[in-house]
Amino acid sequence: MKDAFQRILALITKEFLMVLLDPKSRIVIIIPPLIQFFIYGYAATYDLNDVELAVLDNSRSTESRELLRRFTGSPNFKLTHELSSTAQVAPLIDKEVVRLVLHIPNDFSKKINSGEQAKVQVIVDGRSANVALTALGYVEGIIQEYSAKLAQQTTTESRAPQVLLIQRSWFNENMESRWYIVSALGGIISMIVVMVLASLSVAREREFGTFDQLLVAPFRTHEILIGKTAPCLFFGLAESLLLSAAGVWWFDIPMRGTVTALVIALSAFMIAVVGVGLFISSISTTMQQGLLGSFVFIMPAVLLGGFTTPIQNMPHWLQVATYINPLRYVVEASRAIFLMGADTATIWPDLWPLLIISCITMPAAAVMFRVRTG
Amino acid sequence: MASWMRLRGFIRKEMLQIKRDPSSLLLGIFMPVFLLIIFGYGVSLDPQDVPVALVIEDNGPDAQDIAARFKLSPYFKSRVAHSMPEATQLLEQGIVDGIVYIQNNFSAELTFEKRAPVQIILNGVDANRARILEGYIQAAVLGWYAIRQARDGVESPFPLEVESRIWFNSAPNSTYSLVPGLLTLIMTLTGTLLTALVIAREWERGTMEALLTTPIRTNEMLLGKTIPYFILGILGMALAVALGVTLFNVPLRGSLVVLFVFSSVFLLAALGFGLFISAVTRVQFVAAMASVIAGFLPAFFLSGLLFDLKSTPAFIQLLSYVVPAKYFVTIAQTLFLAGNVWSALLPAAIVLTMMAFILLALARKKMVRRLPI
Repeated sequence: MKDAFQRILALITKEFLMVLLDPKSRIVIIIPPLIQFFIYGYAATYDLNDVELAVLDNSRSTESRELLRRFTGSPNFKLTHELSSTAQVAPLIDKEVVRLVLHIPNDFSKKINSGEQAKVQVIVDGRSANVALTALGYVEGIIQEYSAKLAQQTTTESRAPQVLLIQRSWFNENMESRWYIVSALGGIISMIVVMVLASLSVAREREFGTFDQLLVAPFRTHEILIGKTAPCLFFGLAESLLLSAAGVWWFDIPMRGTVTALVIALSAFMIAVVGVGLFISSISTTMQQGLLGSFVFIMPAVLLGGFTTPIQNMPHWLQVATYINPLRYVVEASRAIFLMGADTATIWPDLWPLLIISCITMPAAAVMFRVRTG
Repeated sequence: MASWMRLRGFIRKEMLQIKRDPSSLLLGIFMPVFLLIIFGYGVSLDPQDVPVALVIEDNGPDAQDIAARFKLSPYFKSRVAHSMPEATQLLEQGIVDGIVYIQNNFSAELTFEKRAPVQIILNGVDANRARILEGYIQAAVLGWYAIRQARDGVESPFPLEVESRIWFNSAPNSTYSLVPGLLTLIMTLTGTLLTALVIAREWERGTMEALLTTPIRTNEMLLGKTIPYFILGILGMALAVALGVTLFNVPLRGSLVVLFVFSSVFLLAALGFGLFISAVTRVQFVAAMASVIAGFLPAFFLSGLLFDLKSTPAFIQLLSYVVPAKYFVTIAQTLFLAGNVWSALLPAAIVLTMMAFILLALARKKMVRRLPI
């Protein structure tokens, strides 16, 4: 027993040294992920600010000026061009100088005052569908608000009853999409580092032939597995916790759940990911294969994990397929912990699938150690 | 200067190495198809069948009409909850994304006070989805309201109407925007990730030292390393274009030739960057990490593919100017959806060409044929 412990300790020491002794590797797994986290924390948002807007105001009335004032007062829009003819619209949109053109027709004020419905034409650049849709949502919000105000002015007391829409958003009161991304970003960035680390660990030794030496040395297979897992797990967990803390302190993400739940969720996730990484690594004969193999896993896992786009928007068959994606569970659990205040018991539905995935990938990797490939 | 024979031999060696290792072909050919299918089906920002809970305490015809509109709308999958506690539980468990709550005095207030509230509670964890859902719910309630007013003989309940037109992508369909942008990711994978490993591998395995003793020149080595991966990258890209147009009906309104010319320029920039990384790092592990961190992730986050760059803080925007992928996303989306709009294409293409030159020149400079001391 004591011997086994010593052997494992020796292996773990060796694996840590392999990562830490090369100054380039040392830097690469610590500094860039931190920088990445800050850059993408700022870059990854679906909210729009200062959308460049041009206006073609043919009405030039009190009402049209009031409407424009509401646009210039909004932080979402920036009025950059005032146009005088419709011919000016196309070049501005084509060149992406502005992304939205507001056209107020010349009968705008006349129709409002005579009680008719006045139209406001909006032209949006649809090259980026989501930007177009979000910007249109903002436009409609502003115009509806003004419309409601006009309705109040013109309607006499006896007329039309009104419906008030009272809206509240739970867990993210100001609807900041940054919370959605950053709450899971730490886990994702650490996962990429861990995947690359794990997928190269066996492949590198196979490429240099040192893995055969390891196999003939008096180590049991599970001891090698533990030795290979330990450093990956350590770096992954340390990094994801560090980035989670940075999310709370730097990006003001609320931490409403328990820290224990977060540590448990991230640990379960990292074990699952290291299992996948080691499995890929042990079926590779070269580092190139290990690395590209890890990419074949990372790309779909990230894109279909509900990290950037919701799983609910996918067709049903694809939603079912995401149940084998470990990322899905950690993304869900992180959001539940940070934003919805979940504790360990609440995230149990996300924990057991991760444990099952680990229970499959880890032994599979161990078995493949002994199988000679290539 | 360059010897055609030496170059041909070198390219042959590279081609054989690609052929020998199935992982190169996996990345170059299989990944584009795989990614395209993921993007086409899996990455969508357009919600449909959003689960909402309806809590209708009022039995009046107005409240029931509102409920009916939710039940009939294709955007919602509504379910009736009998009380607010039940509905909030559904929301907390993530079973529904929103609650529409009409209190029992709704009809009375509408008749006597002329103002009655409809309460909406959204799960804001996914703010983007919540905002789109908010729009859908508003549209449903206001739609009911307009019909009710029309029935009562009030012509237009809203003095203003927005008439929107979305150019180039009228639906709008997010797949149409994502598939062109995806070409960027595909070429970055082959161009930067795969290539970064190539020279680093030669150094790590010691075959670079063997190469140095041969009469091959730096230019020939650069060309020899570029050409095979260029072909692989263009093949993957062509495959993705063909599938995008046939499988997902993405319109290609611009010229195919122009698309290929500009893709080549972008691919050269990506290749130059990959070769540069591997020549500098000389270790496969570090080259791999560097190409993911400096090549692949920026192509995803800082290119405007999914997240709008113009809404980010100034320093992020500044940073994005040195990301080649940013220019290519503009080019690809314009060519596919808007057509040959030279006023948008040319500036981006010029910057991209300059970047390709600089990156290839840097790679050449770093590929010095000298042994480390």
